[in-house]
Amino acid sequence: MKIRILAAALTAASLALATGCGGAKSDAGAAPDTKGEKGTVKIAINPWVGYEANAAVIAHLLEKELGYKVEKKTLKEEISWQGFETGEVDVVVENWGHDDLKKTYIEEKKVAVEVGPTGNSGTIGWYVPQWMADQYPDITDGKNLNKYANLFKTSESGGKGQLLDGDPSFVTNDAALVANLKLNYKVVYSGSEAAIIKAAQQATAQKKPLLFYFYEPQWLFAKEKYARVKLPAYTAGCDADPKKVACDYPDYKLDKIASKKFADTGGDAYTLVKNFSWSNDDQNKVSDYITNQGMTPEKAAEKWVTENEATWKPWVPAK
Amino acid sequence: METDERPETVVVPDDPAGVARARRRPGRRTLTAVLVLALAVAYLVYRTDAAADSEDAWAFRFLTDVRNWVDTNRDTSPIFLYGLNYVRLAVVVLVGAMQSALYGLGALGLIAVVGAIALVLAGWRTALLAVGGFVGLGLLGLWQESVDTLVLTLSAVVLAVLIGVPAGVLAARVKWVGATLRPVLDVMQILPTFAYLAPMTLLFLIGEPAAIIATLIYAVPATIRITQLGIAEVSATTVEAATALGSTRWQVLRKVRLPMARPTIVLAVNQTIMMALSMVVVTALIDAPGLGLNIIFALERVNVGAAFDAGLAIVVLAIVLDRVTTKASLRPAGDRVRRVWLIVLAAVIVAAAVIPFSRDFPGDWRFSFAQPVNDATGWAEVHWYDVTEAIKNTITAVLLNPLETLLTTTPWWLLVAAVLVFGTLAGGWRTAVIAALATAGLSGLGLWQHSMQTLATVLVATVMTMLIGVLLGVFSARHDRFAGGLRPVLDAAQTMPSFVYLLPAVAFFGASRFTAIVAAVIYAVPPVVRLVERGIRDVPATVVEAARSAGSTPRQLLWKVQLPMARGGLMLATNQGIVMVLAMVVVGGLVGAGALGYDVVAGFAQREDFGKGLAAGLAIVLLGILLDRLTQGFSQRKKVFRS
Repeated sequence: MKIRILAAALTAASLALATGCGGAKSDAGAAPDTKGEKGTVKIAINPWVGYEANAAVIAHLLEKELGYKVEKKTLKEEISWQGFETGEVDVVVENWGHDDLKKTYIEEKKVAVEVGPTGNSGTIGWYVPQWMADQYPDITDGKNLNKYANLFKTSESGGKGQLLDGDPSFVTNDAALVANLKLNYKVVYSGSEAAIIKAAQQATAQKKPLLFYFYEPQWLFAKEKYARVKLPAYTAGCDADPKKVACDYPDYKLDKIASKKFADTGGDAYTLVKNFSWSNDDQNKVSDYITNQGMTPEKAAEKWVTENEATWKPWVPAK
Repeated sequence: METDERPETVVVPDDPAGVARARRRPGRRTLTAVLVLALAVAYLVYRTDAAADSEDAWAFRFLTDVRNWVDTNRDTSPIFLYGLNYVRLAVVVLVGAMQSALYGLGALGLIAVVGAIALVLAGWRTALLAVGGFVGLGLLGLWQESVDTLVLTLSAVVLAVLIGVPAGVLAARVKWVGATLRPVLDVMQILPTFAYLAPMTLLFLIGEPAAIIATLIYAVPATIRITQLGIAEVSATTVEAATALGSTRWQVLRKVRLPMARPTIVLAVNQTIMMALSMVVVTALIDAPGLGLNIIFALERVNVGAAFDAGLAIVVLAIVLDRVTTKASLRPAGDRVRRVWLIVLAAVIVAAAVIPFSRDFPGDWRFSFAQPVNDATGWAEVHWYDVTEAIKNTITAVLLNPLETLLTTTPWWLLVAAVLVFGTLAGGWRTAVIAALATAGLSGLGLWQHSMQTLATVLVATVMTMLIGVLLGVFSARHDRFAGGLRPVLDAAQTMPSFVYLLPAVAFFGASRFTAIVAAVIYAVPPVVRLVERGIRDVPATVVEAARSAGSTPRQLLWKVQLPMARGGLMLATNQGIVMVLAMVVVGGLVGAGALGYDVVAGFAQREDFGKGLAAGLAIVLLGILLDRLTQGFSQRKKVFRS
């Protein structure tokens, strides 16, 4: 053990020397490359359960099939990208668009690369519980929302209707949409996916009005019905200026992003991440295990992996 | 009444009621009434329609430009290449060393070493507590997270002591150093933790370095202040004697002042550790590992049980660290650790380092409170839903919304004028000018509406905190048994890091401003109870006796004698309470409380909001200065530490 401490001290000292005269770059002090041997893969964990499902399955396969160690880093989406620069993060395993970040980190800074789609298609939109769509058939057209604003009043919406959003870090144009579509609504952030789901379930169970930001893949849609509210259709480029958006969200092809370093030196681990691709149903299944069946992400991944060998076998690089 | 001059002391003095001596000026009541009327008229004439803040204030743009500049120049500008990046590197090395040391010992080795240190410094009882506590961390299944938290805490404490103790000595010995440091420390102590996380990531990126430096900023004022106090308290006659015997200044410092101040300096370390621990947990928001991550995780899943386990682990760590260092500080100044104990300690450390213990906590048996706690919360959520909803809606409609409307429709210059006028009446013109400048700054940052919303929430939470705090404090002062029972609860409550309290609040009240209010009240009540109890107990026994013999009923005694005489303590409690409430209310931005707290959260999370987030951080600091100055106008300045 002592030797290890000594070694750590020496590494630290040599690092300090190595970076000596030229000044210290921002990634100074990050762990040295572990080229050629099985190292640690650092996976960012963004705060929604679908993401966690992807990460859990990839982590399980990396550990059990390939013998890597996996470190999970709980981080918000945009902060994960900063992690590519500092060496804190190797991969993001479910990325929603983020063209501005791609421009900064992939094109300009060249610290990250695209690793291809996850196979999941993503939708973002505004939803109401099914009972509202039944009772007020025209509510699912965004043009009629102002007519119903009174229904959605809460203690937080200051006399307007409430639009319930999730985690402030999620991809959203809602504040701009409300302003630009001249809706008499106020965006209220619940703080997390779990909080929106809780509100949505309550709205269904107790027949309470609720207008909320939500997305697919999402396990909840398999259990309860929610109706999407139509906004002006998306056309390419209509969301170019985040402050002037007045159109619905695009369909997303969810993809994976890796740090340049991991792409270059990640070996089999990188190949597995690159090959990973599954359906929305697969992801929803694992999310459901985690959320509703009391399984840890590790247990959930293990269960899915034992049941779906045909799906994941081709991801694992041949020895 | 000029109360601007603050005593050097950092602990509650024996007579906080001293302020009560201040005289009232004749006719002041009339003056106040006229001014209130004038302001009311001005408000009615000039009130605004509370138009939303612009999304594009110059401050946001400026700060976003700063961010962009830093982003492009992080690896080229000499400020970073030869300055900040080295700071970052040094912290990385320190954390690395601390990590290898603690993990290198192995789980059982670390427990043995902690036990041995506790035995040497604090005796066998504390040693048993320490060993039991650390085993408990393992049994909770949170071993690795706890050690990560410990690594960060100790690293920050090492830095805080290295910087803080010399600075404290200098501040006590060199007049201008003390004078310059004082306002800086004042501001540092009212900085809400939430406000400076984003600037830290801008300078030091995410991860441990930024976390440790943020923690350092949070904890080091305590180190400096208490060290300064310790050195200043060294008896002048002893110093005189040493000087007369021909000691040089250096010798006096090393042989007289430092040894005599040792118990106080150990107390400084104790306070530093406690503050660092609570801050380290919050830095999980900027990717610091440890127990804080478990709490964020639980928050994102609204999983009260999971947070309960992690919160418990934090309390255990806090209690162990607190007891060991408190006992160490209670040793008399001359008492040295016996050499034989040091040899035992060294032997344990060497043995632990040599024997290859497993890094993880051994055994498979784990215990978690998550399930029962979740069951209980689930039950309460369903059965208390109507009640909690009613409480939330009533307080929001009756108190919060009207106050928010009043503040948001007030034009900024009118509030500045009000602050100036009443600040002068309450605490002198200097206080008033600082507070008024802070108020004007809120408008200058382009965040007037959000600042006023946050202010409204803070005021409502403070009123509730004071109501509950005074009630419990008075009760404790009058019933010893109640006070004895309450004390450990208050202790535990104060060691919990602020955002643990968000969870029960969210579970019961959903995402709303009221949720932040509830969390803030839970967070701020304990110190208020302490200060109120102390204030009332400090009313001289002779006075109480005199009132009794003059025939006062207990109620009269309370209202006519004890409460008026404890006014200083009450004002101090308000000052403390309001600063803590502000810190918590902005954290409420994580759970739907909106306004400035939300701007900060969004600034972390969304690139295009970065400038606004940073500006909101500044606005929170200005609000803190405003509230602190105004409440301080009534009371004297003392930072309270757990006694």
